[in-house]
Amino acid sequence: MIIAATLAILVAMILAISRGIVGPTFYDRILAVNMFGTKTVLLISLLGFVMGRPEFLDIAMVYSLINFVSVIGVLHFSDSFDTKYSQPNYIQDNEASKEDS
Amino acid sequence: MDIVINISSSVCLLLGSFLCLTGGVGILRFPDFYTRMHAAGVSDTLAAGLILAGLMLQIPDGIVVLKLMMILLMTLFINPAASHALAQAAMRNGHMPVLKKDENIEGVEQSNP
Repeated sequence: MIIAATLAILVAMILAISRGIVGPTFYDRILAVNMFGTKTVLLISLLGFVMGRPEFLDIAMVYSLINFVSVIGVLHFSDSFDTKYSQPNYIQDNEASKEDS
Repeated sequence: MDIVINISSSVCLLLGSFLCLTGGVGILRFPDFYTRMHAAGVSDTLAAGLILAGLMLQIPDGIVVLKLMMILLMTLFINPAASHALAQAAMRNGHMPVLKKDENIEGVEQSNP
């Protein structure tokens, strides 16, 4: 049963990383990477049980903290980064104001 | 008694795997960033909780169960915080949800995707 759960998590990780590759906007990629990291934490815990070495749980704990810090760091970076015009449904303030004037 | 614990652990693991798969399909097939975030959020909290609970039932060792509960606690605190920060950053940088034509947010004109 543990092996079936491991395989399901691997399939979910493949789906998440394909969304990260395809993803049309910047935030889709961050979302996919966040989901990938969470699934990695679960995968490491399950692999520890499969191999009979529950010491892997320490690595899983550290990985979840690193995942959180990296996502928050990239989100802070995205405020100063010009992601606005790469998005498909961005509200185009400048063009609207040009049309008004 | 043993068989009851085994069956409940298997049920938890299978439900968690099913939710993981549905989250993966949802993140690939939903039309919008915010709906994709809903799929990812469901699979992040509930599937992680169910799988970790299933693992907790497998081993009666005390320290392993304690570590699994630590991972579960960190997952339950960290993932909603990360989802909230992601949605807030996307909204602040002008990323609007795709709505129907006459269901605009107040005062905001919907541009074409």
